Amino acid sequence: MNLFADALNWILDPANYVGPGGIPVRLVEHLGFTVVAVSLAALIAVPFGFLIGHTGRGRGLAVATSGGLRAIPTLGLLTLVALWVGIGLGAPYVALTILAIPPILAGAYTGFEAIDRTVIDSARSVGMSEAQIMRTVEVPLGLPLLIAGIRSATLQVVATATLAAYVADFGLGRFLFAGLKTRDYAEMLGGSILVILLAVLLEGIFTGVQRLVVPKGVAAARPSVDRGRSARPASGMDPAITKGTH
Amino acid sequence: MFTANKGRLAAVAAVAVGAVVALAGCASGDPLDSGNTDEGSATLVIGSQDYYSNEIIAEIYAQALEENGFTVDRQFKIGQREVYLPEIESGSIDVFPEYTGSLLQALNPDAAGGTAAETYEQLREQLPDGLNVLDMAEATDQNSWTVTQAFADTYSLTDIASLTNVTEPITVGGPSELQTRPYGPTTLTEKYGIPIAGFTPIEDGGGPLTIKALVDNDIQITNVYTASPNIKSDNLVALDDPDGLFFADNVVPLVSDKVDDKAGTVLNAVSAALTAEDLVSLNSESVNDELSAEKIATAWLKQAKLF
Repeated sequence: MNLFADALNWILDPANYVGPGGIPVRLVEHLGFTVVAVSLAALIAVPFGFLIGHTGRGRGLAVATSGGLRAIPTLGLLTLVALWVGIGLGAPYVALTILAIPPILAGAYTGFEAIDRTVIDSARSVGMSEAQIMRTVEVPLGLPLLIAGIRSATLQVVATATLAAYVADFGLGRFLFAGLKTRDYAEMLGGSILVILLAVLLEGIFTGVQRLVVPKGVAAARPSVDRGRSARPASGMDPAITKGTH
Repeated sequence: MFTANKGRLAAVAAVAVGAVVALAGCASGDPLDSGNTDEGSATLVIGSQDYYSNEIIAEIYAQALEENGFTVDRQFKIGQREVYLPEIESGSIDVFPEYTGSLLQALNPDAAGGTAAETYEQLREQLPDGLNVLDMAEATDQNSWTVTQAFADTYSLTDIASLTNVTEPITVGGPSELQTRPYGPTTLTEKYGIPIAGFTPIEDGGGPLTIKALVDNDIQITNVYTASPNIKSDNLVALDDPDGLFFADNVVPLVSDKVDDKAGTVLNAVSAALTAEDLVSLNSESVNDELSAEKIATAWLKQAKLF
């Protein structure tokens, strides 16, 4: 009767670790799906977010659009897309990518917006081109919020990717649906616990990534003199010095 | 400072107790147990499967009972038999539209089955104490292995056994529970020697996604109910079942002891009027005209001039 213990037993049962429907295969499928969906969303959202953040234009539109995207029920969207493209992984990819876009988009442009305007003005006043400002000032300084956005998107996708099993023999969602429909609650709860563990693992990885990536970017932009010195040889203005340092 | 610490301690204790209580609830509680099963004996709880056609019948039962002075509590879209049957057995639900053969197979996987009348008799014998079935309707909604007309033509398919003619890999599609049902893919292989290449879960209960997957040839066979309007509108063929793999599935109200003679008479009048054609057209109104179960039920009761 103790459902929680039954679920743990289900997770620990070696019989559940073999074959194409075993836990390792489902975990890998689920993780792979999450990575692809978040990457697709990042490919779409990051350039737009940077552009909006840099120019300051289109912010209202981005807020409205991503707000609208957030409000779409993922299962409804998935069904709608599946009715169009058929069953399989296509529809879940579309639905989950759309789910992941708003937090990444918001992370990208708010990262730029959060930068002190005087920093950007200084960069402009020392003669940096707009592209240089974006590349060397805005992107590194905005990175903490962008990574936070990607982290939040990943968390949402890894949890919601269980819906892929609605129309495909794929991912940890299979345990949830099969358990629910055949009253095997140990399997259902066991599958949920696996999703939670995967989410916690990804959160841990992102915490590490945030520590690794963020201080570097912030440090690179803070002492502007150091930055200038290191950038000069790369710009090819003084080849003699560049040669001398070899 | 002392009081502040005390306050913090109290807060921590409150959170800890709350967490323990919540976890204890997770660990031992039945997730479907609502807790209050007997609030006023006059109220009849009516359940339905998460299947639009079943919900329409449940709504007809509900409206018919309401017309006759009963108070009903609608608990619709509960899910599949594995989920709701224990709820009915425990007395949480009083009236449920059921199907004779499928219910019989759920109660006794080794049941013999047979004609509609034989199935009904066996079902009455198998029912646990406290549960009854009232009169069955003429309307049936049987499970069937269904293919597209084009697929049937290509391999000259007539009955289930003829699926051995098929030379391409056969993927079965349908909801998860289909995989473990007595007539599921395993039986197709073991009983008829039909090779099954795989199972694709489509969790919309034989809805539009399942039909589209079949029509698109993403899956080759699925379980479609014979009363489905899709069989006609999408050019599908329900394969004949001469061996009785699927039992006769007449619509029948499954009721608890709380349903008295008066309520029984009302439900029997509904069953007497519900024909097979009626059920297909009710389903069609839901699928093709997208009317709500409530509207469809009201219209049918009016047309049948029952109450």
